[in-house]
Amino acid sequence: MKKRITWDFLMTRFPAFFPFILLVISIIINWFLQPNMFELETINSNMRVFLPLILLAVGQAIVLLGGGIDISVGGTVSIINTILATRVGLDGSPELMWQFVLISLLAGLLAGAINGFFIAYLRLQPIITTYATSFLYAGFALFILPNPGGGIPADIANLYRTSTPLGLPLAFYIIAILLAIWVYFSSTRYGKYLFAVGGKADAAYETAVPVTLMQFSTYVISGLMAALAGIAITMLSGSGNADIGNPMTLNSITAVVIGGNAFSGGIGGVAGPVMGAITLGVIQNIISFASIDTWWETLVKATIIVVALATPGVINLIRRRRA
Amino acid sequence: MKRFSISPPVAALILAIVLFLLSGFLPNSYGSDVKVAIAQATNILRLAVFLGVIAAGQTLVIISGFEGIDLSAGSIVTLTAILTYVYVNGEDNKVLVALLIALGVGALIGLLNGIGVTFLKISPFVMTLGMSGMVTGAIIVVNHGDVRGKIAPIMTRLIARPISPEIPIPGAIVIWLIFGVLMWLLLERTTFGKNLFAIGVNRVTAKLSGVNVTATNLTTYSLAGALAGFGGFLVVGNTGVVMIQLGQPFLFPSIAAVAVGGTLLSGGKGSYWGTMAGAIVLTLITSLLTTMQMPDSVRRMVLGATLLILISIYGRQRALRQ
Repeated sequence: MKKRITWDFLMTRFPAFFPFILLVISIIINWFLQPNMFELETINSNMRVFLPLILLAVGQAIVLLGGGIDISVGGTVSIINTILATRVGLDGSPELMWQFVLISLLAGLLAGAINGFFIAYLRLQPIITTYATSFLYAGFALFILPNPGGGIPADIANLYRTSTPLGLPLAFYIIAILLAIWVYFSSTRYGKYLFAVGGKADAAYETAVPVTLMQFSTYVISGLMAALAGIAITMLSGSGNADIGNPMTLNSITAVVIGGNAFSGGIGGVAGPVMGAITLGVIQNIISFASIDTWWETLVKATIIVVALATPGVINLIRRRRA
Repeated sequence: MKRFSISPPVAALILAIVLFLLSGFLPNSYGSDVKVAIAQATNILRLAVFLGVIAAGQTLVIISGFEGIDLSAGSIVTLTAILTYVYVNGEDNKVLVALLIALGVGALIGLLNGIGVTFLKISPFVMTLGMSGMVTGAIIVVNHGDVRGKIAPIMTRLIARPISPEIPIPGAIVIWLIFGVLMWLLLERTTFGKNLFAIGVNRVTAKLSGVNVTATNLTTYSLAGALAGFGGFLVVGNTGVVMIQLGQPFLFPSIAAVAVGGTLLSGGKGSYWGTMAGAIVLTLITSLLTTMQMPDSVRRMVLGATLLILISIYGRQRALRQ
């Protein structure tokens, strides 16, 4: 029997279907307000701004898929930013920079491992644990760099800002690599275990899934992605600020949920959250190009996000009433 | 095998007392002066009232389960504080109406959260986060960063001042005690309380046992909003000034207070006594850190580490192996 493609089928089998529609709509609106949106220069300047949140959202997506949550990612981003800005400096050599990029990645892994240890091995509650560690990490970032300053060499930052290999923005390649890694891993045992743990940890445990190890690994991945986001945002801004990661934490969670993943875990993927993060960025663009009064910005942005979150629910309600 | 266990509210309270006694050894603390020590303890209790009341709504929402959480509490506090401030404008006879407005506006925002969570199936975390943005945005739009008003003298007298010259207990603490008893009655002695715990444990079994899950959920979110609104009323009565960032600093501490008080963040188990104890512990730790004169960075790290230790002691979830 040939399966008909219905709305329900799309919504339930492809969590990324609705985020895709949302992304297309927001891009079209943005295009009307900003006609040169599809020029390479504009795409590149947009994508390099979006990339840090995209990286963060991918890590957050993995944690949420595994049934957890990580609200310490912003703190990790700040740590990486302050390490790079103070240790490399505005006139540092490229070798020094890459050396500290490596150290940053290790720091991210460590931050994630600390979260994972407390949550997976000591079985503490994820929200409150990562809230506590967010103080640890944000405090540590402030300890490294009490006042905004420092930075990385401009020519290294420009590598991130302007390089367009084969005529496409650098961010596209990074996203493509991430998606390829995800597609590979979701087909392996790791991916199956991840969905099992996020769906129902007890049942997964009874069927011999290494639940503790899986939960631990999601936080380590999130720490690593936060480190990458920290490196990206440092190359984007070129300077250091211990509060830089702070506003990104809740945005990363919103991006994942707008991306169609279930907050409770076990449903979703990585492509949706990537689109969710881009949508959030595009919404920000729309608001600045629509020349909305500054006083209205917060309200308009929040309303758009709530409407975007509510739409699938409203559609379901209407359809159920008709049926 | 019988495990030695101690209920989280009691543990938190003992911890608070021990911490407070130990803090006497710190430089520039109360030392051996009992009078100063009592005054300091009273002041910390008074500060804990505001966090405690705001965390009351958080307790209800978290007990209701289903990842229940209220991230809009901070913005509701700011909103109702501003509304009270502007409406009262220094006149005693407007205070009661202002209180009703604060409760009503809070309940309305809470109801909107409830509708989003219950009917539109938006996860509470993002629903209330979005609502928080909308409320903050609405505040900015309406007052354009310029608020004129004044709190009434009677509010200062009832909330911030001692109840009488002989009894140096601030009114806020008395209000909190009465409030605590009411919360206990609500949770333990009413049908709503029973239903709340029932839907927190398991929504399906609750529904099958005749609990109106939808109504209970809507009530819970509305109540949580109203209680945050009450918190805003109290906060402005204490500080006497308003600003856009008034409520936000209470938000995550209110969740932490609930967790430290032994309420399970996954729902179905908890008490308001625990939250009260949690609010006291958190306020105590923050004020101790403030008096210790250390850089902001170290203070944040110590706070994070203390919180980690606290929840490691008794915030642990059930082991996978049963």
